Amino acid sequence: MIINFLLNGKKATINAEPNRRAVDILREDLGLTGTKEGCGAGECGACTILVDGESRLSCLMLAAQLADREITTIEGISDDGLHPLQDAFISHGAIQCGFCTPGMILSAATLLKHNPHPTRADIRTGLSGNLCRCTGYQKIVDAVEATSRREEQAK
Amino acid sequence: MNPYIPEIGKPVSRVDAAAKVTGTEKYAVDYYGNNLVWSGVRRAGIAHGRIRLVDTAAALQLPGVVAVLTGKDVPGTNRQGIVHKDQPVLALEKVRHCGDAVALVLAEDRATLQKALSLIHVEIEPLPGIFTVDDALSPDAPLVHEEHPQGNVLLKATIQKGDAPSAMKGCDIVLEETFHVPVQSHTFIETENGVAWQQEDGKVVLVVSTQAPFRDKWEINHALGLPLDKLQIIGPYLGGAFGGKDGATVQCLLVLAALHAGGRRVKMWWDREESFIAGYKRHAVRMHYRLGARQDGTLQALSCRLYYDTGAYAHLGGEVMALGMEHAGGPYRIPHTLIEGWCVYTNNPIAGAMRGFGVAQVSFAFEQMMNKLSAKLGMDALELRLKNALRRGDQNTSGVTLPQSTGIEDCLSRVQQHPLWRDRKAWKQGAGKFHKRGVGVAAVFNSMGYGRGLPDSALAKVELTQAGCIRIYSGVSDMGQGNTTAFVQIAGQILCQEHTAIELVQPDTERTLPSGSAAASRTTYTYGNALIKACEELRHRLTGRAALMLLADTLDDLELLPGRVKNLASGREIPLTALAAMMPPEDRVCISQFLMPVVRDKLDTGKEFVIGFPHLLFSYAAHLVCIEVDELTGAIDVQAYLATTEAGSVLNPQAFEQQVQGAIAQGIGYALSEEVLLKEGHIVNNNFATYIIPGALDVPEMISLSVAAYEPTGPYGMKGVGEVGMNGPLPATACALIDACGIHMTRSPLTAQRILAELQKQQETP
Repeated sequence: MIINFLLNGKKATINAEPNRRAVDILREDLGLTGTKEGCGAGECGACTILVDGESRLSCLMLAAQLADREITTIEGISDDGLHPLQDAFISHGAIQCGFCTPGMILSAATLLKHNPHPTRADIRTGLSGNLCRCTGYQKIVDAVEATSRREEQAK
Repeated sequence: MNPYIPEIGKPVSRVDAAAKVTGTEKYAVDYYGNNLVWSGVRRAGIAHGRIRLVDTAAALQLPGVVAVLTGKDVPGTNRQGIVHKDQPVLALEKVRHCGDAVALVLAEDRATLQKALSLIHVEIEPLPGIFTVDDALSPDAPLVHEEHPQGNVLLKATIQKGDAPSAMKGCDIVLEETFHVPVQSHTFIETENGVAWQQEDGKVVLVVSTQAPFRDKWEINHALGLPLDKLQIIGPYLGGAFGGKDGATVQCLLVLAALHAGGRRVKMWWDREESFIAGYKRHAVRMHYRLGARQDGTLQALSCRLYYDTGAYAHLGGEVMALGMEHAGGPYRIPHTLIEGWCVYTNNPIAGAMRGFGVAQVSFAFEQMMNKLSAKLGMDALELRLKNALRRGDQNTSGVTLPQSTGIEDCLSRVQQHPLWRDRKAWKQGAGKFHKRGVGVAAVFNSMGYGRGLPDSALAKVELTQAGCIRIYSGVSDMGQGNTTAFVQIAGQILCQEHTAIELVQPDTERTLPSGSAAASRTTYTYGNALIKACEELRHRLTGRAALMLLADTLDDLELLPGRVKNLASGREIPLTALAAMMPPEDRVCISQFLMPVVRDKLDTGKEFVIGFPHLLFSYAAHLVCIEVDELTGAIDVQAYLATTEAGSVLNPQAFEQQVQGAIAQGIGYALSEEVLLKEGHIVNNNFATYIIPGALDVPEMISLSVAAYEPTGPYGMKGVGEVGMNGPLPATACALIDACGIHMTRSPLTAQRILAELQKQQETP
């Protein structure tokens, strides 16, 4: 079927079997390999994307569910240089192997949208659907916390 | 970011960080290609049996199937394995664990692949299975490998020093206990995968998520008989590995597939369940300990028997056990030791390398023995450890003299001085109703490098490019540990170039040089040492060639500066681009080799180990954990964590902390929840819903302190820090549980269910 949607701010049209997974469409058909897959069962969060600005798991979404939605992947989270979260992940050392990082950043973006001033406990809760096997999460929490402070100061 | 010179000792951000946060870093799994063929494996699904039939006819007839291959189609020996070549690429006669591959399918798309795999008709006649160490060792046990001369015993070995049996008789106190630790899964987020294709000249190129690209090449050569010069392995950054991608996973299967794909690219990507079933694991171990001490707490004698279950194939089972045995007595001075080990084949999933390689297991046992002793003596847990801590110049429990940095005493002292330890009594009193608090400590260590018998070598290559940049050719994988960034710091330090002018080539058997596996806490140490030599040679060469252009009659006046060489006496400069244009290609490349130093003591023990024993260098750590136990559920909540680590000098404080924190988190998983549950060789919990690794809420805020030390043989005084942190959380938590509730656990993980059962037992006994 023909599926129209907005992908990283640009109109996209694909012709795909409606039952293919969104993560495969993004990675295989559209070359957006920043969206990762770690479990295929909605348990690890590596495939997180934003659907109409909310974090969703692209391994649990079918192609047809992309229709008429606004989709943001890690490649499109910022249209002007690095997103503040990306910048903070780098400077706070929140990346090791980096495989969970795109999903982690998109989940953090959703968290900050709903709760611009989270406590560290809030951040941990907000990221509890994203598994990271390398970092122990502390520097990720540092990065998200620093981003929220930075945005507060910028106001 | 403004250009800066990456230097030693600074918290330099990872060179791969920008690509990773923007999603542009290409991991092996991000390689596809036009006209891609998908490949996958039909697995045995039965733990032990004789293959009667693998009928591929129906699968072959399915439209969209490119090829279906079985063991009969494997050229070469059809045997893979790092030390023992005992594992078939595709099983032909018998299967030895549920994850054994019996057929390989190539198909046009994923859906067809799955359908074809289900159409393969496999008949396996079941054989009695070996699922425990006792089963394996029983005299009339069925054999997992009929051809193995020692039956189901992969390796039996002994390490002894002094006369433990006699010394034990003279001890004031002798304590005895048996411990069990389970199978742990690495659960890196990027599962095993790769892409391979055959070029027109016959060469097969393999892009793969691997910790050992050069060894992969030799493995494929052996298993498939493909000449070495017809193989190229490319190893991009990995999405985690922790030991689980050390050894063949998809490599031989993919190259075999590529030979049947007519030049098309073939991709294989194990899903999470397959990664659990077929991937490597941490060994489950049973450990019998006897520890003898004087009344004043001085350790006198240790005797122990360790039983490692290596599963269906050897992988590095013997070497994992060797390291466990070498660390079985902890970072302590014990004059008399008798340490025996059995590593046995079973029909369980394959156990192999994992961070804290054999050592995470024994750390639980030896530290619980120390806790038992401190309870018996009524002696402070930290004092007892300090009293027996190894010092530089001592002999360790294998009889190796330690002339190198040995910082366990300093690590323990730092913990002792810390408020979390000093103020623990007040903190414990703050526990709420039906909760109890405890503070525990553990002293751990981890060796570095391969040990004797296998040269721990790296070949560093560095080039001045035509564009005037410095290019480092790294032959050793970066699975997330950050060695690559350390290499850039070394080049920046010596060659004084800005980070934007330093490039990196990740492992590629055609471009980089063999530098061993990303393992054994060795990557930065060994490759870094080689790179220092190569960079110094390049600096000397660049100033030497610049002297010709700048008419300098002595090199003393010349300085290599960002983008140029300057004659400080005359003020004249030459840009590196101009220098590069003058120098022929071979003159712009420096290559240097480094070999890790080895133990010089002539030990009359451990002779069964062909490789991997003994080790000269160790990193040390003391861990402290504050836990709260819910008496109604038995659940442990980890509330605070402190790690003091001595791993020589710190080249990059941020990267050092990353290693410590990440290892603690994995260790907390190992301590509290992670246990691969097996039923007749089948994994019961093969997904993230049932195999629970720590999430952001399960890991506390951690404090990591580095204890100053200088390791003279290390690059800028460093030692490896990748593994030691893994060994602390389980014993520290077990110690805290004793402190909180008086429960001495002998089996891990320390689940709520197990603790609740112990709490109930306490209530029943008045």
